[in-house]
Amino acid sequence: MLEINNLNAFYGSIQVLWDVSLKVNKGEIVALIGSNGAGKSTLVRTVTGLLRATSGSIKFLDHPIENLPSHVISEMGISHIPEGRRLFTDMNVLENLEIGAYPRNAWKNKGKTLEHVFQIFPRLKERGHQLARTLSGGEQQMLAMGRGLMSEPKLCIIDEPSNGLAPMVVLEVFDIIKSLRDQGITILLIEQNVRHTLEISDRAYVLENGRVVMEGDCATCLASEHIKKAYLGL
Amino acid sequence: MSDLMVIINMLALVYLGWFVERSLQKNKSKMWLFSGLVVVMLVILFTLPNYGPTYSYIMVTTILMYLVLTVSWALFSGPTGYISLAPAAFFGVGIYTSAVLGKDIPLLAVVLLGGILSFVLAMIVGALTLRLKGTYFIMFTFGLVLLITNLLLWYEIKFTGTRGRFVVAAGNDTIYYVMLGIFILLLITAFIIKRSKFGLALQSIGQNEEAAAHMGINVTGVKVIVFAITAFFMGMAGAIMTMKWTYIDPYSAFDLFRSFLPVLMAIFGGMRYFYGPVLGSVIFAYLEEKLLTEFPYVYKLAFGIVLIAVILYLPDGLAGLVDKIRARIARKKNALT
Repeated sequence: MLEINNLNAFYGSIQVLWDVSLKVNKGEIVALIGSNGAGKSTLVRTVTGLLRATSGSIKFLDHPIENLPSHVISEMGISHIPEGRRLFTDMNVLENLEIGAYPRNAWKNKGKTLEHVFQIFPRLKERGHQLARTLSGGEQQMLAMGRGLMSEPKLCIIDEPSNGLAPMVVLEVFDIIKSLRDQGITILLIEQNVRHTLEISDRAYVLENGRVVMEGDCATCLASEHIKKAYLGL
Repeated sequence: MSDLMVIINMLALVYLGWFVERSLQKNKSKMWLFSGLVVVMLVILFTLPNYGPTYSYIMVTTILMYLVLTVSWALFSGPTGYISLAPAAFFGVGIYTSAVLGKDIPLLAVVLLGGILSFVLAMIVGALTLRLKGTYFIMFTFGLVLLITNLLLWYEIKFTGTRGRFVVAAGNDTIYYVMLGIFILLLITAFIIKRSKFGLALQSIGQNEEAAAHMGINVTGVKVIVFAITAFFMGMAGAIMTMKWTYIDPYSAFDLFRSFLPVLMAIFGGMRYFYGPVLGSVIFAYLEEKLLTEFPYVYKLAFGIVLIAVILYLPDGLAGLVDKIRARIARKKNALT
């Protein structure tokens, strides 16, 4: 579904991504893990069109997308649930969800999609007219995810969903991500919470200093000495 | 007596603004009553030249001019937070369209063309500058007014050998009707924009531009098109208003005061509400005319003081004050029952 080949990207004159190749197949949860500054968010920004790749190719459903503006990419069916949630804090929950359905096709179905999102996140329904900034951290993450689903995406890129959440809520969020996959949404999950991520994902890529240093199915990753030492503290 | 006429018509204008805001809300109760009142207000406004003295509708024309400038300014700058100081430029383009072409083509065509030329200018300026943020954007729009003024001045002196131009005049009642028509068209446009997904997009751009881009909003595109639409109305207002002034030169046509006043009026009225800028400019414009004629030396001073007071004590403007009072009354009522 998503295929990245030999991607290089710069911030100014500093190279952040070095020859990154990555593949996400339909129906998978693919984890992208790595520490702060490894280039995870840069990779996401390049895929969603917010940053231009210097070289390399990005294909979505076999169409090259590396030179498309981000609004076109999201119309094609890639939804990005950004790090730090980036909610429209002074708009209410409903408005936040509605704006998620901005891409042309999604706007037509927004009534139906909204019902669906409320089924996944019943608490958002109760909070409909509340301003987004008055929600708790967990609820805000749910809203960000709900907003991302409103565009009826084929691929959901979820960036650091566990960031700043209580351990119980983190488990809930991961459960929801798993259930989204079971509903047929393909997911690229970017996380620092390595253990939980590897437990729910199908395959994983490990990014260090802008390079992919390991890839494979999650069981292999979990068993690897390097992962144990560097990310799980064992 | 004629002041009373003016005030009644001012109220009618504010009501129209309030009605737009009300019809945007989900609350649909009593809408038939409010819609009926709209018809009444429109009748009052459209028949003013039939029952009011000339002075009254000249006065309301001036108020309408400020209304068009302020409401269209707030339509873009309110939700997005991009403070544009370009209204004087778009207004001036309308004025010069009228000055150059007024003799040759019919009045309504001149007005429309004034709007279209402003629209085009705004598209160009917007495409160039709406990637700028904050202070840079403000500075550029400010500079635009000066740039056009001096360019015109240079052109006029070098090629036409004069500084100013005469404008074909129109009757006071004609100007009034056209201005009123522009304002109503603006209200309808504002309603359509706010109800569509563009309105939501503008709001989200103002709150977090990058997140808006994540949502698949063509951020620059939305900003440019709405900016240009608001310029269209400013240009039309300039084209018709100048037919009252009969003589213009680059300085009077591109008076920077017309860039600042919409900002002040919108803040004064309360930018968080749609009818805030309407209320603000109606009262502000009325006071300006009154103070200008009766206390010409202190009127700008009085403005300054009012503005400082509003910013300090009424951050949400007059409309915010109305809301606060209503909330207080509602609380008291609840406490009693």
